[in-house]
Amino acid sequence: MPHTTRVLRSEWTKIRSVRSTLWTLATALAVTVGLSALICAFTASQFDKLGKREQLTFDAVQTSFSGSGLGQLAMIAFGVMVVSGEYSTGMIRSSLAAVPQRSVFLAAKILVAGTLVLLVGMATSFLAFFIGQALLGEHSVSIEDEGVLRAVVGGGAYMTLIALFSMGLTFLLRSPLLAFAILMPFFFLISNILGTVDATKEYAQYLPDQAGKTVTAVVPESLDRPYGPYEGLLIMVAWTVAALIAGWIVLKKRDA
Amino acid sequence: MIELRELTKRYGDKTAVDHLSFSVRPGIVTGFLGPNGAGKSTTMRMMLGLDSPTSGDVRIDGKHYDQLRDPLNYIGALLEAKAVHGGRTAYNHLLCMAQSNNIPKKRISQVLDLVGLSEVAKKRPKGFSLGMGQRLGIAAALLGDPKILMFDEPVNGLDPEGIHWIRNLMQHLASEGRTVFVSSHLMSEMSLTAEHLVVIGRGKLLADTSMSDFIAENSRTYVRVRTPEPERMRDILASVGVMPAFDKDGSMQVEGIEPAQVGEMAAYYRVVLHELSPQKASLEEAFMQLTAESVEYHAQEQGAQPAPGPTPGGQTRPASRRRR
Repeated sequence: MPHTTRVLRSEWTKIRSVRSTLWTLATALAVTVGLSALICAFTASQFDKLGKREQLTFDAVQTSFSGSGLGQLAMIAFGVMVVSGEYSTGMIRSSLAAVPQRSVFLAAKILVAGTLVLLVGMATSFLAFFIGQALLGEHSVSIEDEGVLRAVVGGGAYMTLIALFSMGLTFLLRSPLLAFAILMPFFFLISNILGTVDATKEYAQYLPDQAGKTVTAVVPESLDRPYGPYEGLLIMVAWTVAALIAGWIVLKKRDA
Repeated sequence: MIELRELTKRYGDKTAVDHLSFSVRPGIVTGFLGPNGAGKSTTMRMMLGLDSPTSGDVRIDGKHYDQLRDPLNYIGALLEAKAVHGGRTAYNHLLCMAQSNNIPKKRISQVLDLVGLSEVAKKRPKGFSLGMGQRLGIAAALLGDPKILMFDEPVNGLDPEGIHWIRNLMQHLASEGRTVFVSSHLMSEMSLTAEHLVVIGRGKLLADTSMSDFIAENSRTYVRVRTPEPERMRDILASVGVMPAFDKDGSMQVEGIEPAQVGEMAAYYRVVLHELSPQKASLEEAFMQLTAESVEYHAQEQGAQPAPGPTPGGQTRPASRRRR
C-alpha cells in the first residue's frame, strides 16, 4: 500500500475513534435541519402577515436553510476539534513521530475530514431543503426550478468550507481555546453585525460566511450583493485556501 | 546508532541545548542523565524531528528522522508528556499509529499483552493512571519492533513492580542487540540499568563515559574525623603527608588513609576524637557534583570571565563541594 494511502487510513481511524468529534457532526445536521424546519413551518403560517417587499423577495430555498446559522457552529466545532485534538492532548507528537512528512500528514487530515463533512454537509442541505419545502406548502419551490439545485448543493459546500476554514485556522492557532474564542463569536455574532451596520456592510459582504451564503440564495434581491452566487462561493473558497495555507506554514515551521 | 553533531537549540537568548555531540551505540542501554531543565527532553524531541535544531545535526543510522520511511519500524519513543488523545481507546490509538507505518494489526494485541494493558484495550486513556499511560506509551514505542528505542523518564509514575518491569525490559531489549537510550534525572536509577552514561547540564555535555568508569572514578572513599582540636589533628595528619579538608560543620574529610591508622595516630598523640567513620560518596553525590559545576560554569560565563570548561568525570574534590 502506498504511503499516502496508509496515512489516509490512519487519519480515518483517528476521526472515527473519537466520539465527541463525531457528535458535533450529528449536531450540525440535527440543528440545521430541525431549526430550518421550525422556521419554515412558522413562516408558512405567518406568510400573509409579511410586508409586500418581503413577500416579493421571499426566498424559499434560503428559508429552508435558516437553521444553518446555528448549525454551522457545530461544523466549526468539528473542524476545530479534529485539529486541536492533536495539540491539546499531545497526540501531535505521536502523530508526527509516526508521519514526519508534515505536509502529507496535513493533507491526509484535511482530505479525510473534508470528505466526511462534505457527506454530512450535503445530507444536511438536502434534508433541510426537502423538509423545509414540504412545510412551506404553497410557498415552496421545486428542486427542478432554476438555481434551486445549485443552491442546495451550495448549502452542502458552504458547510464543508466553513469546517475546512476552521481546520486551517486551528492549525494556525494550535489551541482549541483560542480557535473557539475567535471562530464562535465571529460567525455567530460579529459577522452578522458587521453585515447589518451601514458603515461596515460594504466590506462585511466579503467575509467568508457572508460571501458563501450567496450560493444558497435563489432570489438574488433577498441578499443584495454586487457579485453572483458562484463568485460568492469562490470568495469563500479563497478564504478557506488562505486559512489552510497559513496553517500549513505554521505546521511546517514550528516545533511540535 | 544515533549520532549528534554540535546539536544546538536556542529559544530567544536562552540556550537549551548547547553544541551537543555524542553517539548512542547499539547493544547496550545508554543512560541520558541530567537535572530537570538540562535539555534532555528537548534533545530527544530533536532526535525525533519534532523540534528543529537551531544548528547542528542529529542522524539515525545516517539519516535524518524525516527521511525515514515508516519511522516507527526504525525507532520507537516514549516521550515524557502523555502523547495520547484521551478520548481514543488504547487499541485505536495504537491502530492509527500502526496503519500509517504498515505495521500488521496483530502486533497491536502483542504489544498490549507485553505491557499488560490487554484488559483495558477498549478503554479510553482519559481514565488511565499515570502508570497505565506510561505503559501505553511504551506499547506505542514497541509497536514497530524497532532497532532503536528511546525512553524519556520511563519510570515516572510507575509503581515499584512497574519500575522493576521497565528495567528488565530495557536490559532485555539491549541484549537483543537494540539501541536503548533512556533519560532520567536519577543517578540511582541509571546505575541499575545503564551500561553507558551521557551526562548533560544546562544543555552542555558533561560526561560521556561507561558506567563502570564513572563508578570507579566517582565512588570516592574517605574517613570523616570530628575532633575538638582540629588544628592539632591536621598537623598530625600532615606529618604523614595527608592533607585533610574541612567540611562546613567543622568535621574533616581525610583521604588516602585507613580509619584504623587515623585512630592509632590520634591515640598516640592523645587527641580526643568525637567521630571516626569510614565514608563512601554515593554516585548520586558524584552526579550532583558534576552538574553543580555546570551551574557554576554558567554563572562565570555570564560574568564574561574566561572559565575552564568542566572536565568529564573524576573531579570529586572535597574543595569543590565546599564552594557550592
